[in-house]
Amino acid sequence: MNSMEKDTRLIGREALAKLFAQWLGEGRRILAPRRNGDKVDFAEVETPGEVSLDPVQTGQSPKGALFPRVEELFSFPSRDGRVELRERDLAALKPTVVFGLRPCDAAALAALAAIFNWDSADALFSARLAALTTVGVACNRCDEYCFCTSLGGGPGATTGSDILLTDMGGGEYLAEVISEKGRQAIQGAGTLFQPALGKDKESRLARVEKAFDLDKVKPALEALFDDEAFWVEQSLRCLGCGACAYVCPTCACFDIQDENGRRLRCWDSCGFGLFTLHTSGHNPRPLQSQRWRQRLMHKFAYMPERQSVLGCVGCGRCSRACPVDMNILEHLRAVAEAKP
Amino acid sequence: MQALRSKARELLATKTVQVIIGYARGGGGRARAVFVREAAKADALVFDDSCQQNLAVYLSKPEVRKLGKAALVATPAALRAILQLAAENQIAEGELLALAVGADDVVPLTTFAAIEAHVAARDGDWSAAEKEELHKYEAMGLEERRRFWEEQFSRCLKCYACRAACPLCYCTRCTVECNQPQWIPVPAHDLGNLEWNVMRAMHLAGRCVDCGDCGRACPVNIPLHLLNRRLIREVFTVFGSRSGRSAKGDNALSTFKPNDPEDFIQ
Amino acid sequence: MTTVDVFKPFLMRIDKVTEETPDVRTLRLAFQDEQEGRGFTFRTGQFGEYSVFGEGECTFCIASPPTRQGYIECTFRKAGRVTGALADLEAGETIGFRGPYGNVFPIDEWEKKSLLFIAGGIALPPMRSVIWNVLDLRDRYRDITIVYGARTVADLVYKSELAEWEKRPDVRLVTTVDPGGETPDWKGEIGFVPAVLDKLAPASRDTLAVVCGPPVMIKFTFPVLARLGFAPEKIFTTLENRMKCGVGKCGRCNVGKHFVCKDGPVFTFAQLKEMPQEY
Repeated sequence: MNSMEKDTRLIGREALAKLFAQWLGEGRRILAPRRNGDKVDFAEVETPGEVSLDPVQTGQSPKGALFPRVEELFSFPSRDGRVELRERDLAALKPTVVFGLRPCDAAALAALAAIFNWDSADALFSARLAALTTVGVACNRCDEYCFCTSLGGGPGATTGSDILLTDMGGGEYLAEVISEKGRQAIQGAGTLFQPALGKDKESRLARVEKAFDLDKVKPALEALFDDEAFWVEQSLRCLGCGACAYVCPTCACFDIQDENGRRLRCWDSCGFGLFTLHTSGHNPRPLQSQRWRQRLMHKFAYMPERQSVLGCVGCGRCSRACPVDMNILEHLRAVAEAKP
Repeated sequence: MQALRSKARELLATKTVQVIIGYARGGGGRARAVFVREAAKADALVFDDSCQQNLAVYLSKPEVRKLGKAALVATPAALRAILQLAAENQIAEGELLALAVGADDVVPLTTFAAIEAHVAARDGDWSAAEKEELHKYEAMGLEERRRFWEEQFSRCLKCYACRAACPLCYCTRCTVECNQPQWIPVPAHDLGNLEWNVMRAMHLAGRCVDCGDCGRACPVNIPLHLLNRRLIREVFTVFGSRSGRSAKGDNALSTFKPNDPEDFIQ
Repeated sequence: MTTVDVFKPFLMRIDKVTEETPDVRTLRLAFQDEQEGRGFTFRTGQFGEYSVFGEGECTFCIASPPTRQGYIECTFRKAGRVTGALADLEAGETIGFRGPYGNVFPIDEWEKKSLLFIAGGIALPPMRSVIWNVLDLRDRYRDITIVYGARTVADLVYKSELAEWEKRPDVRLVTTVDPGGETPDWKGEIGFVPAVLDKLAPASRDTLAVVCGPPVMIKFTFPVLARLGFAPEKIFTTLENRMKCGVGKCGRCNVGKHFVCKDGPVFTFAQLKEMPQEY
């Protein structure tokens, strides 16, 4: 992916504050995990002091920076009975730094790009992606919901981060400059960094034990497709809300709605019964068990086959957010170990 | 817990019910719903402070109804939900066995009358902390309250977890799913979020049994229970009625009586 | 496609509205921007997303053939919000169109073969494009047979075209209505499409079949075709599914791993057999 030489440095907390100021001065907005009551979620910040890296993971993903909850596709003002189409001014999109996303969230960017840009480029998504710089933070801790390593990721993985920071303790961060965008983000800020002096992040990383054999999952899913009882058992307690899809960093299914002279794109979820309902009343997936199956098939069978990318990064948010404690890690283990 | 498990074993072994809807150990110290169909698996059942989800929500889920006659491990809120569902003709007498779990016993309640008596004997008020929280909320002036909810609902994702978790939200075609006209906008923008949450609170006024599952389900921690509790208080003050105490009776907001004080509809 | 962004529709002027049945309309659409119209091409089988601005979009096959330039047509039944709004529009008004999307009927591969078209009710519109396409190139194909049925005479769509096809000596047209659906002067067959097909017993050698209709009709037509010797890879159909983007991004129209908007809507029965029954 990049032929850059390994560029690893050190940066202290105060210097980080100066870096934030530089970014703001360059007209970038900074999104980072910020505390709001007892939830920490990505929000606009101006200083590292506002950033909370305490929780293992934020409640919601940073995908809103590329795929907002609601966005306008175009507007259609009508003047004197004539319809006119007015497109978005993509140049007006503000360059953004997403700071403090975990390696799993950074890896999710590839899945999102695969969804939006396969076959034809999605103009809005691509414009946001071009204007996005990611400064990831490696994970010192994990919890029982994390399973990045089962999917080829890891607490210190660099994929998707333009710069990856690792908390080395004592107010110091190891900073790996991964991409050209990362290099540009610290241009002129060389004095904020010190040499890495051979410091190594491995000992600082969380240990995330591999929970299942990913190679077994896709063939098992395909073999289990028609096993109705299996899917009913897995999803009996699922209530069909959209919490899992909405907190997920790779879920990007959307709806299109016309309102007040604008055509909007907004988040949608395959867990809703309405998702596939025909006007005639016919529904190809009338049962929650079929919709649960679709979720796993899409992420672990269809996307890998079609776009050569997994639709999951093992962040565990869906399991943490689920009102009824559905646990995708448990379900995947059951799939991988199933004897159809 | 042992009492619960042996009762469950007995009910399944005698085929009095086909499924026990109860709680099992979940992840992260949580409890999760479990559907025990074999007496041998009854040991999976637990009951402690982590068991808060209102399991009555599963009484409207087709895949669960298909399992057959159920016994439901019922928290006090679940018992109230069962009565309210009965009052709204969603479950019939004899379709369900409620298991009220006490400190070291389990009381099977086979009739709605038995559930009514059980609920009445233990009916209480909100805890001191809950009253304090509601009091603080009600002390806000209207303008402050509006700003409070605007801020809260700006975070709403329209994931409908609140609706999915609520035992009284059983409509097979929810108002938000109607597009002729689109009463409530689909996208999760500020107006759509406000309209959704206010509409849901209004549709629940006089029906909500105050289990708190909506707020617990919300992935962005919106304190939905405040809105519902305020309306519970309001309905009691204005109409003198409380939901979930009787298997018969009419909802305050879907009932018209000739001697209603308002004159605009006369 | 000449649009810059895939979600931005072409603006189309409704040139003609035909009331096929009380609740079925055909719209003839012209590109408001003539240059866009001249640059627009499509192949038979493809569909589009038609907008009523302010109401939403709806998915219909392009019902006119690519052999007729200068306009496109769509036929729809008034069923919901967008089709309801479309049904209220008149000639001269503007709608949006995005397309052409989806795959095509491989009519080039069908040359020198015989073609059998079987349709029921409102499912004739998706086939109208391919029927006219091959009729406009008539001498490339051998025998052409069309079997079309509807519940009642009033439900038959494209009545003037049916009359045209009836008159042509190079087309065999068999129309039918369900028992009880006939009018006193009805001259066609009476019976369900599968039964009428069975009676007609068209030859299957070197013949491709295209079948479109409600699931129950397809369910009973397929065994008849099998009995007549049609192999599943020689039978084509076009699927419908709930769509929004039409370009394989919004995630909702998939049948198993296939997006109906990208890998379809045209599928052979051989392909359908490999796909899960979620359509």
